Amino acid sequence: MKKNSIKKVYNPLTALLEKKRSRLLSVFFTAGFPELESTGQIIEALEGNGIDFAEVGMPYSDPLADGPVIQQASMKAIGNGMGLKKLFSQLEDAREKFTIPLVLMGYLNPVFQYGVEKFCKDARSAGISGVILPDMPLEQYERNYRQLFEENNLHFIFLITPTTPADRIKKIDSLTTAFIYAVSSSSITGVRKEEKGGGNFFERLKQMKLNNIYIAGFGIHNSGTLEKAWANSAGAITGSAFINKLNGYNDPDIAVKALLNDLYNR
Amino acid sequence: MEIYPDIGGFYGRFGGAYIPELLWANVEELREKYDSILSCSSYREELEGLLRDFVGRPTPLYFAAALSRESGAKIYLKREDLCHTGSHKLNNVTGQALLAVRMGKKQIIAETGAGQHGVATATVCALLKLPCTVFMGSRDMERQMPNVTRMRMLGARVIEVESGSRTLKDATNEAIRHWINNPAESYYLIGSTIGPHPYPDIVTRLQSVISRETITQLEKAEGRKEPDHVLACVGGGSNAAGSFYHFTGNGKTILTGAEAAGEGTDSGKTAATICTGSEGIIHGSRTLLMQTGDGQVRETHSLSAGLDYPGIGPLHARLNEKGLARYIPVKDHEAVEAAFRLTKLEGIIPALESAHAIALLKKISFNPGSIIVICLSGRGDKDMETFEKYFEKQT
Repeated sequence: MKKNSIKKVYNPLTALLEKKRSRLLSVFFTAGFPELESTGQIIEALEGNGIDFAEVGMPYSDPLADGPVIQQASMKAIGNGMGLKKLFSQLEDAREKFTIPLVLMGYLNPVFQYGVEKFCKDARSAGISGVILPDMPLEQYERNYRQLFEENNLHFIFLITPTTPADRIKKIDSLTTAFIYAVSSSSITGVRKEEKGGGNFFERLKQMKLNNIYIAGFGIHNSGTLEKAWANSAGAITGSAFINKLNGYNDPDIAVKALLNDLYNR
Repeated sequence: MEIYPDIGGFYGRFGGAYIPELLWANVEELREKYDSILSCSSYREELEGLLRDFVGRPTPLYFAAALSRESGAKIYLKREDLCHTGSHKLNNVTGQALLAVRMGKKQIIAETGAGQHGVATATVCALLKLPCTVFMGSRDMERQMPNVTRMRMLGARVIEVESGSRTLKDATNEAIRHWINNPAESYYLIGSTIGPHPYPDIVTRLQSVISRETITQLEKAEGRKEPDHVLACVGGGSNAAGSFYHFTGNGKTILTGAEAAGEGTDSGKTAATICTGSEGIIHGSRTLLMQTGDGQVRETHSLSAGLDYPGIGPLHARLNEKGLARYIPVKDHEAVEAAFRLTKLEGIIPALESAHAIALLKKISFNPGSIIVICLSGRGDKDMETFEKYFEKQT
């Protein structure tokens, strides 16, 4: 049922995942960083360099799951004047020029203030494929918001970590319509640490025979971490590493190329 | 009763656990275990022993004769300032540290604003031989340096937080991030009735010792169990939750919280969350908070570091909504004046936080001869620098 409701309208992420189910590469960036108007240029650079899909970070003042790199980018973006209203107008423009699937990622409070229903409708008209809200409680989503997201052709993407119990992973799998975001270590974003038993986590996932693919994220910044993510899962999501490149190079295109050089060891 | 959350941790629509998945297992483990541990008789015995012999409870319910004469009411001060380490914070910390030990946790993480919770945590960790890491905003470290020294002397690692407002809000963010990064062996010991469920309930229950003692002491002094009024200051809301607890909804006691108005509720430099905030999510809890129209958490201002927090415990958001308690803003200078008045009249120097509650005496109306209990949540030693500046200005 739920799969049908999300498939009946064209969704770029659905279309992508129908043809590609391994070695996916996704890049996260914070909207409004480094400049308020960077959003379109960054999306263009990501599409131009063959990134499979992009995660557009909605900046929040108190990002609990994020390390210093994304925190600072978020503060800068908020200082630049980025907010959801502004972001949606930028994304409407980008939608006419680019086809790369876009997923919105951020925290619940700004979405609450915007109004969840209006958020879903505006995301839909901006051509957004899916949403990641790490602090949305599973039960709340299921009870109060699932219908709204599905009606607006938006995949809701849940995170799992090595500490998520098996029954909860199964539950998340049953609510998932695109992919599961597998955080490979118990850490905030941008932390480069090797999880003891991190390999076990993906081994466990493999044995669970989930209905959906999962994509690994957090801590991916070079070819070693990328290859590992690709070996363990359907793809990789990198965020802080790209923000670092944007900090170093002003031009988004050069920043993406520099990121890819690191990731592909070129 | 409104004082207890429902099964999902909600007080009406406030509360809950809006946390990233990275924290879910940590919080879930606590949620599964806390109630049975807190209700277990051997835990209760151990806690009561420590509260008596280490914390110094029961704290006196002191009849403030001079303040009473001046105010035209019978005013009792619940002397939480006489607890070991100088504030009510130790009630909660002792209880949570014992809970952490029973959960098999090996180290403690805490946030602190004024440093009172940090000092209390470092103290109990020294007693129980638990490694302790305290996160504190750099701005708070500047204004509460003696407490930083105390924590370090007690063996705690104090980590300076440079992000955001560099106060309690960001110290809390960093403590939570540290918890995400060190999940299995760490216990996050939160200092107020804030955070995701079950923290507000844990802290409220551990602080309820304040009103429990008040009942017995008031009965002895006045022959009645319920005061006409209870006054307490509210930052996150732990001493207020503890002093309101047994009187909530009794139909006889008027409960009033003093919020930090800072320079005034319409000055833009305020921390009066209930008066000027709106509904949203902060630190995993749905409650009232100070935020922009875009849902970004606002920086707050209060002269008192312990009240300088943009949220409020979800229990208080609920009590306010149901009219079971009311919350009145008190400005910086009103609090300082109240601190000087109490000192002069009673020979007690209150913490700047607690002085907000004293200041309510000039803001609320009461019948002559009413019995008023004020929670004197902490002592003022830590605020000498602030008081000194004010003193210089006056003379």
